[in-house]
Amino acid sequence: MNWKEFVKKYGIPEWPYPVRYGEEREVSADVLVLGGGIAGCWAAISAARKGARVVLVEKGATIRSGAGGSGCDHWLNTPNPCSKITAEEVVEWELESNGGYTNALSRYIAARESFETLLELEEMGAKVRDKEDEFAGAPFRDEETKFLFTYDYENKIHFRVWGTTFKPALYKECKRLGVEIYDRVMATSLLTRGGEAGARVVGATGLNVRTGEFIIFKAKAVIDCLSRHQRNWIFSTELRGISSFRPPQITGDGHAMAWRAGAEFTMMEKSVPSSIASGYAYPPYGTGNPFNTWLPCTMVDARGREIPWVDRDGRILKSVEERTRPAPGQKFMGERATSYNYKRPQLIPDLEERVRKGEFVLPLYADLPSLPEHERKAIWGLMVGEEGKTKIPILRTYTEAGFNPNKDLLQSYLLIGGDPMRGKVLPWERAGGEIGDAGGLVVDWNLRTNLEGLYAAGDALFAGNYHYHAAATGRYAGRKAAEYAARAGEPVISRGQVEQEKARVYAPVKRQDGIEWKELNAAICRVMQNYCGEYKNEELLNLGLLWLDDLERNEAPRVVADNPHQLMRTLEVFNILTCSQLILHASLARKASSPYLGFFRLDYPEMDPPEWRKWVTIRLEEGKIKVGELPLDFWKPLKENYERHR
Amino acid sequence: MAERRVHAFPNLVIPSTPVVFDPDICNGCNTCVNVCQVDVLIPNPEEGKPPIVLFPEECWYGGCCVVECPRPGAIKLNHPLTQRVRWKRKETGEHFRI
Repeated sequence: MNWKEFVKKYGIPEWPYPVRYGEEREVSADVLVLGGGIAGCWAAISAARKGARVVLVEKGATIRSGAGGSGCDHWLNTPNPCSKITAEEVVEWELESNGGYTNALSRYIAARESFETLLELEEMGAKVRDKEDEFAGAPFRDEETKFLFTYDYENKIHFRVWGTTFKPALYKECKRLGVEIYDRVMATSLLTRGGEAGARVVGATGLNVRTGEFIIFKAKAVIDCLSRHQRNWIFSTELRGISSFRPPQITGDGHAMAWRAGAEFTMMEKSVPSSIASGYAYPPYGTGNPFNTWLPCTMVDARGREIPWVDRDGRILKSVEERTRPAPGQKFMGERATSYNYKRPQLIPDLEERVRKGEFVLPLYADLPSLPEHERKAIWGLMVGEEGKTKIPILRTYTEAGFNPNKDLLQSYLLIGGDPMRGKVLPWERAGGEIGDAGGLVVDWNLRTNLEGLYAAGDALFAGNYHYHAAATGRYAGRKAAEYAARAGEPVISRGQVEQEKARVYAPVKRQDGIEWKELNAAICRVMQNYCGEYKNEELLNLGLLWLDDLERNEAPRVVADNPHQLMRTLEVFNILTCSQLILHASLARKASSPYLGFFRLDYPEMDPPEWRKWVTIRLEEGKIKVGELPLDFWKPLKENYERHR
Repeated sequence: MAERRVHAFPNLVIPSTPVVFDPDICNGCNTCVNVCQVDVLIPNPEEGKPPIVLFPEECWYGGCCVVECPRPGAIKLNHPLTQRVRWKRKETGEHFRI
C-alpha cells in the first residue's frame, strides 16, 4: 500500500509509535559501543568476553544493519595456513597501491588477527568454508580445509565466504554474552568530562528514532564504530536510498560527534569521483561485469566476440584459469592493486578506444554460460547471493524473472551509462572514498583516539575499509576499551552539556513552518560540488566554508521535522554539514596535490612533493582549527609495535 | 461516467513501491518493519494487515526485509523501473528484462 491509498483509507495518519520528545532515560555501561555494524558487533563481543558490561547503540536494527548486514562476498588480506604470504607482505601491497596513504597500523592488526577472527565467526554459527563440498575439485578450493579463495588462486589470502550468515551470527553472540542492545537509537553527541571539548569522553547521548525519547549513556569507555562520512557531494532527493554505496544510514555521525568533542582526524581531504552517481547506476553486482564479485567472468561484445584479458605485462591470456594466477616472477596479487608488483589481470586497457574504432560492438555482456562450471557457480549463486545486496535484489529477483546463468548473457552498462562500479561520472559528484579508503580518526596502537576514553574501529578509522578489517579492528578495540574501563575512574556527566544537546536535538520538532531536510542536504552537496570538486584552490575552498557557514546560520535553524524519523534525518544532515566543513578545512591544510588522494589544487599543482608526503591532521581546539602532521610511516616498526601493544 | 472522488494529491515521490506485499500471505507480523535498517516501513493501523511503506524513496534495496520474512511470498522486492537490467539469450539472441 503506498501513501495515496493509505491516506484515502485512513485520512491523515497518526505517527504509529508513542511520541516521547524530551523524556529522558539514563543507561550505564563499562564499554559503550556506538554503531551495531560489523565493527560494532565485534567490539561489543570482544569487550563482553573480557567481562565488561557492554551497551551497544544502533540507529537501525543490529540483526541486519550496516554495510555488512545484508552479506559479504570476500574476507580479504588474511594470512592463513593455506598460504605462505605473511602479514608484513599483505600490508606492503596496500601501502604500495595507495602510495603510502593507507592505515598500515590497523591493516597490520587485521593481518595478524583476521584469520582467528574468521574461525571465531565460524564457531558462532557463520558459514566460512565449503562444508557441503559444492566446489570439490575447483581450482580456488583448498581440499584439506575446504576454504574457497578468490583473486589469486595460488597465494590464497582472499577468501570467498557465505557472508549472509555473518550478521545474524554476530547478533546472536552479542545477545548470548549479555550485551545490552539499543536498536532504533541514533547517537547524537559524545559527552565529555566537564562538558569540555578535548576532555575525557564519558558517554554519549542518543535519540530513539521512533519515539523521540532522549537517552543519556554514561560509560567508562566509548568505541566509535559509526563508519565513515557519506553523502557530502551527492544527493538525489528522489533516489535517496540508492545514491550512496553504503547504506543511507551512514552519514558520518561518528565523525561529526567526535569532531565536536575535539578528536583528531586525517586524510579528510581525500575524495574520488563516485561511481554511484545520484542513483542512476544499476544495482551493484546486478549487471554483467568482470570485477571483484564477478571475477573472473568472460566478457563478450554484442556479436559474441570475447574481450581479451591481459596480464600486468600486457600479454593476452589464453584461458579463464590464467586470470587468477600470478604472472611469472610475481609474488602475489592484491585485490585492487594499481602497482606493477601486485597487479592482477584485467580486460584490455584500451577497450574504449577499440570500441570507438569499431573493433568491439556495444553493448557488452557477461558470458556466464561459457565459463567452466565451478567458476560460473562461484559467481552466480555464491558470490552473487552472499555479497551484500545480492541474495534478494539480484539472485532471487533475476531468477524469478527468468534469468538463467547457463543460457543468458547479463548485459553490461559499461560505456553506455549506469555501470555501478566503473561508469563515467561527473567529476564533481564525489565521495570521500566509496569502494576505497576514506579519511577518519587518528588512532594509536590501542586504537584509541587523541581523546581519553574514545576508541575507534572499522571505517571510522582513517583509511579504514573492508569487512575483514572492521571485524578484526572491532575485536581489537573492544578488548582495549575493556582493559581501560577495568581501571578507569567513574565517568561524571555534565548536566549542562546534556541540556545543550537536548535543545539542539529537539529544535526541529518545535518549529511549525520551515524547510525540509532534503533541501538542506541537497544545498550542502551543491556547495561541495562547486567549491570542493575536481578543482580546488584557496579561494574556492574558503568560499565553500563561507557558504556552508551561511547555510548553518540561515537555513539549518529553519528545518522542520514532523516526526522522530524526520528528526533523525535532520540530525544526519547537520552531521553531513559538519563533515563537509571538516573536508574543506583538511583541503585548505594540504598545500600540494596528490593523485592517491584524488586531490588537485590549482594553486599547488605539484604532485606529492617530498615535503608533503605526510599525514595532515586537523582537530578543534578551543573552537579553532588546529593543523598538525604525522610522518607517513608513523606506525613503524609494525611488528614490534603490534607485539608490544596487543 | 460513474461518480468518482478526485483528490488534490501532490506527486508521490518515486520510486514509490520498493516492496510489494501479498495480502493473502502476509499476516502483519511486522518482522520486516523491525528489520529494515533504514526504517522505511510502518505497521498497518489494522492488525494482521501488511505494513505501509512510508518512506519509499529511502529504500536501499538491501532485501533484508524479504530475507527475514517468516512467510515465503509475503513480501517481494521491486526494483525501480530505472534499475531493471537486461539480458540476452545466448542461443537465440532474444532480449529480456527484469
